[in-house]
Amino acid sequence: MSVSVMEGSMAVAEAIKVCRPKVISAFPISPQTHIVEELSKMVADGQLDAKYIRVDSEFSAASAVYGSSATGVRSYTASSSQGLLLMIEVLYAMAGTRLPVVLTGVNRTVSAPITIQPDHQDTMALRDTGVIQLHVENSQEAYATHIQAFKLAEDHDILLPVMVCMDGWILTHSYEPIKLEDQKLVDSFLPNFVPKYRLDPKNPLTYGAYADEQVQEFRLMQHFAMERAKSKIEVIANDYQKIFDQYYGGLIDEYKCDDAEVVLVAMGSVIGTFKDAVDTLRTEGVKVGIVKVRSYRPFPGEKIAQAVKNARVVAVMDKSMSVGQGGPLATDVKSAFANKEAPPVLSCIAGMGGRDVTIETVRKMVTKAQLALKTGKIPDIEYTDFRPEYLED
Amino acid sequence: MKEIRIHGRGGQGSVVTAELLGIAAYEGGKYSQAFPYLGGGGERRGAPVQSFVRISDNPIRIRCKIYNPDYVIVKDTTLIELVDVAQGLKQGGLIIVNSEKSAADLGFPKGLNVKTVPAKKIALETLGLPIMNTAIMGAFAAITGEFSIQSIIDAVAQKFSGELAEKNVFAAQTAYEYALANN
Repeated sequence: MSVSVMEGSMAVAEAIKVCRPKVISAFPISPQTHIVEELSKMVADGQLDAKYIRVDSEFSAASAVYGSSATGVRSYTASSSQGLLLMIEVLYAMAGTRLPVVLTGVNRTVSAPITIQPDHQDTMALRDTGVIQLHVENSQEAYATHIQAFKLAEDHDILLPVMVCMDGWILTHSYEPIKLEDQKLVDSFLPNFVPKYRLDPKNPLTYGAYADEQVQEFRLMQHFAMERAKSKIEVIANDYQKIFDQYYGGLIDEYKCDDAEVVLVAMGSVIGTFKDAVDTLRTEGVKVGIVKVRSYRPFPGEKIAQAVKNARVVAVMDKSMSVGQGGPLATDVKSAFANKEAPPVLSCIAGMGGRDVTIETVRKMVTKAQLALKTGKIPDIEYTDFRPEYLED
Repeated sequence: MKEIRIHGRGGQGSVVTAELLGIAAYEGGKYSQAFPYLGGGGERRGAPVQSFVRISDNPIRIRCKIYNPDYVIVKDTTLIELVDVAQGLKQGGLIIVNSEKSAADLGFPKGLNVKTVPAKKIALETLGLPIMNTAIMGAFAAITGEFSIQSIIDAVAQKFSGELAEKNVFAAQTAYEYALANN
């Protein structure tokens, strides 16, 4: 074990290194670039015994790791924004053929307008692919979650791709003290990948064969695997804690929810700022708590409902929009609460295109949630930090 | 918690300055967080850029930009007319500018605490290059007392090796001694 100050991207590259993948393929795109640059260097320098396949696009990168994973070797890729969108077709195929690839979704918004700034619009577009999505709060959690991701993906009860989502720039380009684990310990936590099926000339089989009648059941089997992943994610997080003494939550993590009247629900790097805001608000006598959603797919609706059962109102922050509907996370929370006794839900949109989420942003959400409670009127969407001057006349 | 905002131009190494200060803080037994803001289309050489450093005795959770810094570092005096480098500076906060001029000659409004250090000149004399990261760090340590010179040297030794490390340590030490003697 050693601790040193490094970029979030380096923490991810170090995590992938100790997971010993055999094949890495990626196409560079900001803000994912530093991760794959570092991995490419590790392979070139002989620090990591893997094949690094340079390709002409993200479609090819995903296809390359699709192929390598099907031959039964641990495989990794990463992308952002438009790059993730270009992978979507392959990701559906990967989940459908149950290939346990791990990828990093370095969150960045999607054009237009073009920008390199972060929000969750890109990985939201991958929501229904059948890829497990785990969101992280900080770079140390990103390190741990990548190691956990391979264990989860490769479990024979699961066999689904896992994407670790981390906010671009905010995490990937921040330098912080990062604890790196010893290879031996990681090996004991994450043994070699033992494929259930694999492409082998001696035992020929087909991946992605044609089907009409069986499609519904195949999709259902993915869904059942996602359902099984719910308990598996928690078991793996607990096992990780036993070995490495680090815990970031299972499906969710709660912060001061027990006596909270207002509970904020969010995911990703805003959680740290939320925690500071909650501590400040509590010194002012406002009882606030946080539910951090760590697993977005599978979606832990029951866990969230349980965590907010004593709250009077819930405010969900989304860093993306399903245009024509609203915040995807808020929609999922509302759906999880339907037909149950649950507090009212205020949907807050903020932080899009990298708009800074500050303590003041959190304060505004809490104030609006309290107002909704007082008046009994819940707006469809609360546009936090909205700037009307940018609207067309 | 102490917060530092660095103003520079793309290519001047403002991100490296932030990173090195982050390492130095950790070497000095504190928690740290250092990050850039790459706005307006990203990493363009010559464009005004900002980077940020937080230093604390406790783990740092907050992730937004720094709006009320304790310290501001300005690497290029031409930024002073373009950007309000003093924006949000805390009461009693300090601005450190890379300049051979005196603070009074830089045209800041009255009432601001501004110090200058000829970091580029020191870098040219010690490194032979106008790259002032380590020089301005040495000066920052001397003026603010937030870092020991040893923690700066440790950070430089982590980032560089061989002759480059030696020269950068010399740059940091030279600026440190200059700033101690002149402030």
